[in-house]
Amino acid sequence: MSSVESTDVLVVGSGFGGAIVAYHLAAGGARVVMLERGPWLETGEFEHDFKLGSSYTRIFDFVVGDGMSVLGGNCVGGGSVVYFAAMPRAPRFVFERRGSIARRMWPAAISRDTLDPWYDRVAESIPITQQGWQDVSYSGGLWAAACNHAGRTANPVPAAVDTAKCVNCNWMMAGCRFDAKQSLLLNYLPAALAHGAEIRPLHEVQNIERTGDGGYRVHYQLVDDEDYRVTTGSGTIDAKIVVLAAGAAATPVILQRSEATLGPMPYAVGRYFSGNGERLNTAVLNEERVREVLGLEHGDGLAYAANQIGKGPTVANWDRLDGSLPEYSRYSLEQLYFPPGLGTILALTAGSDPTWFGLDKKEMLRRWRSWLIIFQMIEDDNEGVFGPPPERGNADRLSQQMLGIGRLSYKPTANTQAAWAMADAEVKDILERDGLATVTPWTNDLVGAYTVHPLASCRIGDDPHTSALDDRHELRGHPGIFVTDGSAVPGALTVNPAMTISALAERAVPGIVRAARERGVEVVYGAPAPDGSTSGRRGAARLAEALLSR
Amino acid sequence: MTLEAFADTIIPGVKRSPEDRAVAGVSPDGGAVAAGAIELLEWDATGVTDGLDGYAGGLNRHALTLAAERGLALDESVPPFVALSFDERTALVGSLTAPGHPEKSLWVSLALFCNMAYDSAAHTHTAEAIAAGHPGLTAMGVTAPDADGLWRFPSYSYGRPLADLHPDTTPTGSPA
Repeated sequence: MSSVESTDVLVVGSGFGGAIVAYHLAAGGARVVMLERGPWLETGEFEHDFKLGSSYTRIFDFVVGDGMSVLGGNCVGGGSVVYFAAMPRAPRFVFERRGSIARRMWPAAISRDTLDPWYDRVAESIPITQQGWQDVSYSGGLWAAACNHAGRTANPVPAAVDTAKCVNCNWMMAGCRFDAKQSLLLNYLPAALAHGAEIRPLHEVQNIERTGDGGYRVHYQLVDDEDYRVTTGSGTIDAKIVVLAAGAAATPVILQRSEATLGPMPYAVGRYFSGNGERLNTAVLNEERVREVLGLEHGDGLAYAANQIGKGPTVANWDRLDGSLPEYSRYSLEQLYFPPGLGTILALTAGSDPTWFGLDKKEMLRRWRSWLIIFQMIEDDNEGVFGPPPERGNADRLSQQMLGIGRLSYKPTANTQAAWAMADAEVKDILERDGLATVTPWTNDLVGAYTVHPLASCRIGDDPHTSALDDRHELRGHPGIFVTDGSAVPGALTVNPAMTISALAERAVPGIVRAARERGVEVVYGAPAPDGSTSGRRGAARLAEALLSR
Repeated sequence: MTLEAFADTIIPGVKRSPEDRAVAGVSPDGGAVAAGAIELLEWDATGVTDGLDGYAGGLNRHALTLAAERGLALDESVPPFVALSFDERTALVGSLTAPGHPEKSLWVSLALFCNMAYDSAAHTHTAEAIAAGHPGLTAMGVTAPDADGLWRFPSYSYGRPLADLHPDTTPTGSPA
């Protein structure tokens, strides 16, 4: 018996980028193994509990960097298990962005028009609800009414939530106990398993080396299931194709660590990181003014006081998503829920110093039920850079779970800062009008800026100097290694990115199939959606054919 | 006692007794200390437990420096940081956590866990904390879960259109 385990395709990470590719390759006949650094939780294990060690801290990571902290999934299903399930498509102008490189940063082959068939494939695979006003939470309704009062529009956000099952508990970041959130645990991953793919949780990939036959050997460590600071063993798997989808805060770190064995990496590996331009504002509502000015009332004599209730973001203002406006002045403003734990310390009082702790902060917390959090997604400048990798994983873990210190450095440029200031001013204008609320931005002074949507740290593009991947997601200079997670997205999207990450992963599959076939893997492209639906496949057939034959 | 005084600076509370020196007593109800900050910090799951003596020592050294700078005479019967007034403690914590301070990340971590003890009772099951009248969760108005320990909100929506949709919204509900 050989001591070296091997597979056709090794997928690192089981979030959107990993699960989608793993499903299609397994369904097409390839042997697929997925390595996931986090644990594998079933629906019944998702807890409503802030205690350290509950599902909230087991499946969710907070990595502190220099100027940017990243929140992300750490479990089978990745970000799809912990995210808020907003699934808008990116506006057309995003694909024309020039960003920091003074020329179009997306590959010429990709535009909204050419990505729409791939968005359609995702929408057929992950049920997405076009929420109506009856689905919108109190906080979303409040944001809509305030926008309306200020002469703005507001839209219920498309979401991968089965509203018939949703109980509006707002525990989405701890995993959905009610199977209302349509995470990958309910579609692509079970379909991949049914086609023979394997998922191995608590396997943290460290580095990759070349084998003599043109393939790759992937090195992993086994992570203790309770204390992630502890490893319990190690191993390797050989594969003809490696697909990296460990998340934009981890994929480039694996590649950096592999440079010693794989040879030089493209310049853009670990550079051009974008936090999707994210920033939070906290409004503390004046309940009387909400009633008087907006005419809102929801029984029990309450006008609002419903911060705790809902299902993450339900309403967004998209008035600034206008392609005729200059770059760095376009953004969306989305109502959001951010739970306690990490969700209050960065909120600032409107008074004098200290604003993030102390007596005034305690008074602000006393009004927590009347908080409304607004999430800005502006166009940032891809200014994030990863330093040399830590000993293992993508962070020095501080706590047994969740909290670690990473190597990302992010110094916001004048463009980014001006865009945040513009969005801050607009939120203030909307919500402080007629005394509705007091609004303050979250501080960047404690843990830097922060993002729940890390992007672009290993991105696609046509220019080898500013993109690590070609437009088929293959790593330049390292044939057979593909990257399909958020790190492949070229830059900030001005909306929640899960839908775009997923569409790009769907689009990447034909090219990966082709590369696998060239390496002798008997695999075909053309699986239907995980539930067997086929209209998305038909819609993308012509584009898929072109990608298969290039 | 020093760490209690630090936690009380982050989220201040009421004195537990007239003799309480660590809690400055500037707030009428329980703060981070009553919320369990020390219990949380002493739980090794946080990753800061091994360093707590160092934290306390560091705080007291910084307190002595502050006292020297300001010409303060500190009561020597308690640790120097505890001997500071609430305003002095606040000023010191403000400077230790300000951008550019070489020890900033250490003190922010400590503050983070003190805050978590108050806003989420991270050392205990949330439902049990609420049932026991946890000062932070109670003050914030976090509601109790259903009998099975899960939260459900049957009433959640104003249930009516509250704004016009963006005119360029596509049939999929996305921006154009």
